[in-house]
Amino acid sequence: MARYIGKRLIYMVITLALIATFTFFLMKILPGSPIASADKLSPEQRAVVEARYGLDEPLPVQYFDYMFGLLKGDLGISINQFKGANVTDLIISRMGPSAQIGFQGMVLGTILGILLGMIAALRQNSWIDYSSTLVAIIGISIPSFVFASLLQYWFGLKLEWFPVALWKDGFMSSVLPSIALAMFPLATAARFIRTEMIEVLGSDYITLAKAKGASGSEIAFKHAIRNALIPLITVLGPMAVGILTGSLVVEQIFAIPGIGEQFVKSIMVNDFSIIMGTTIFFSVFLIIVILIVDILYGVIDPRIRLSGGKN
Amino acid sequence: MTQNLEKLPKGSFERITVDTKQAERITKPSVSFWQDAWMRLKKNKGAIVSIILFGLIVIMSFVGPMISPYEPNAQTITHANLPPKIPGIEKLGIMDGTGSLGGKEVDLYDMKNVEVNYWFGTDGLGRDMFSRVWKGTQVSLFIAFVAAAIDMFIGVIYGGISGYFGGRIDDIMQRVVEILTGIPNLVVVILFILIMDPGILAIIIALTITGWTGMSRVVRGQVLKYKSQEFVLASRTLGASDSRIIWKHLMPNVLGIIIINTMFTIPGAIFFEAFLSFIGLGLQAPDASLGTLINDGYKLLQYQPHILAFPAVLLSIIMICFNLIGDGLRDALDPKMKD
Repeated sequence: MARYIGKRLIYMVITLALIATFTFFLMKILPGSPIASADKLSPEQRAVVEARYGLDEPLPVQYFDYMFGLLKGDLGISINQFKGANVTDLIISRMGPSAQIGFQGMVLGTILGILLGMIAALRQNSWIDYSSTLVAIIGISIPSFVFASLLQYWFGLKLEWFPVALWKDGFMSSVLPSIALAMFPLATAARFIRTEMIEVLGSDYITLAKAKGASGSEIAFKHAIRNALIPLITVLGPMAVGILTGSLVVEQIFAIPGIGEQFVKSIMVNDFSIIMGTTIFFSVFLIIVILIVDILYGVIDPRIRLSGGKN
Repeated sequence: MTQNLEKLPKGSFERITVDTKQAERITKPSVSFWQDAWMRLKKNKGAIVSIILFGLIVIMSFVGPMISPYEPNAQTITHANLPPKIPGIEKLGIMDGTGSLGGKEVDLYDMKNVEVNYWFGTDGLGRDMFSRVWKGTQVSLFIAFVAAAIDMFIGVIYGGISGYFGGRIDDIMQRVVEILTGIPNLVVVILFILIMDPGILAIIIALTITGWTGMSRVVRGQVLKYKSQEFVLASRTLGASDSRIIWKHLMPNVLGIIIINTMFTIPGAIFFEAFLSFIGLGLQAPDASLGTLINDGYKLLQYQPHILAFPAVLLSIIMICFNLIGDGLRDALDPKMKD
């Protein structure tokens, strides 16, 4: 196990270094200047501005400065959007709302998905099963931005149950965005749990439990769901990716001051230090989630041997 | 009973002989793998309906812009923001050209003295939504199909080589894939879109730059599984060349899974294209895809919900169709994988 984790950690570092390098050089060949209204400045003014952000130094120097900064958790300085602000601070200051809607969406979606999948498996080929499959297909198919717009239109504008946008009413503001994000984990979990449950329900130990006279709910909650839940860990990674992708548009739609909204804005104005910083932040986040998921899976289910049986 | 038997007229019974050679005869017509898969697919109502529906959408995406009397990009400012109006259906009270103006329901076509009908209404610049939506569908589908085809092409070759030759080559190739798959797709796509001129080509390149890794892993796994089986060994013993083994023996076995995987890449590509357009990284005006249309419609959602409705519904239908077709094909082509 230790060997496996070590190997994964090395890969993680290589991947991150590559991402940081790629991002850095891609940003350098990005068309357009990050300096606001660069064309209007005289060459002297321009030189002053460039010197302030270290843009006048040779590329290798800039690169190593950036990479060493990364090691210390310093993602550089925002150039035009938030003049001179530290990107690390900017990202941290915006983490709250993003984390809240992401977490709420994930928890809501996973719990509802598990319940939906369980009911579908217990009542296989009934109308409940078919409607649960339908919900799952719709949840996977309809893009989060379409779903978010619909929620905003009906529950925000028409019914006025929840605030239409902005982050002013605390929890109430987070309800619609969380629901929009919950659709993907809900659909994924429902499909997955249904399959797993059907398989588990057909196994010998369930037959034994039935023979011993366990009631239906006892079998479902005490015996079946526990084993059906284990493989769900493997889809937590894709779910996290889905939530993150969704958050870019959902935050945009509901005008939530989160990381995603800031990212999309900096793309519009070419603020490359924020683009780079957020890219690296997203990559670190996803890579760590996937690593934790893989390790957890090995720890929880001893039948899985990650390192090929050599641990 | 036994005495009565003799009273029976002669010739009522005939002696038959059992031909032992015929016992092993196959009575049912032999069914090839693809016929069998087709029979299984036919039983899946959802998949069949989806195939038909998707076929209609493809046809409409070509025919739609042609049967509409307006060009997708032609602007008629005086006809801006008209709700949908379809002759015939208007008597049902829907799509009759009425919209709210200052809180009152009025026939906007009468008010603006518009003689013609716009089936899906018009957008803020007076462009015909009907031809724009179908043109956008065409563009979105084109991007998705080309991206999926490139993914398939690179993935099959890479995975095939890696799996078939194995050893050192496989080791190196797999390390590369491991690092590439570690990079989140979202990040790669956004970065590549940023440095290229926005357009169809940029989106396709961004989608395929690491998109092929999924296919290559699947193909490698399958090739590894089949290449050690007896029929391949037999063929090799008989002196078959590598290319013959690959094309004649491995390919037919791997093909099913390649098709299934491609069917799931296409909706992914459609989603990403729409996603990029929605955050402003997609096609540039006046070109339209379903994503850019949804983005335009979203901005006017409060006042002109029809502009969002048509592309959003169409995009959702296409995605649902593809997921159902993909599920159906998976069950039909690979019954063991059925979930």
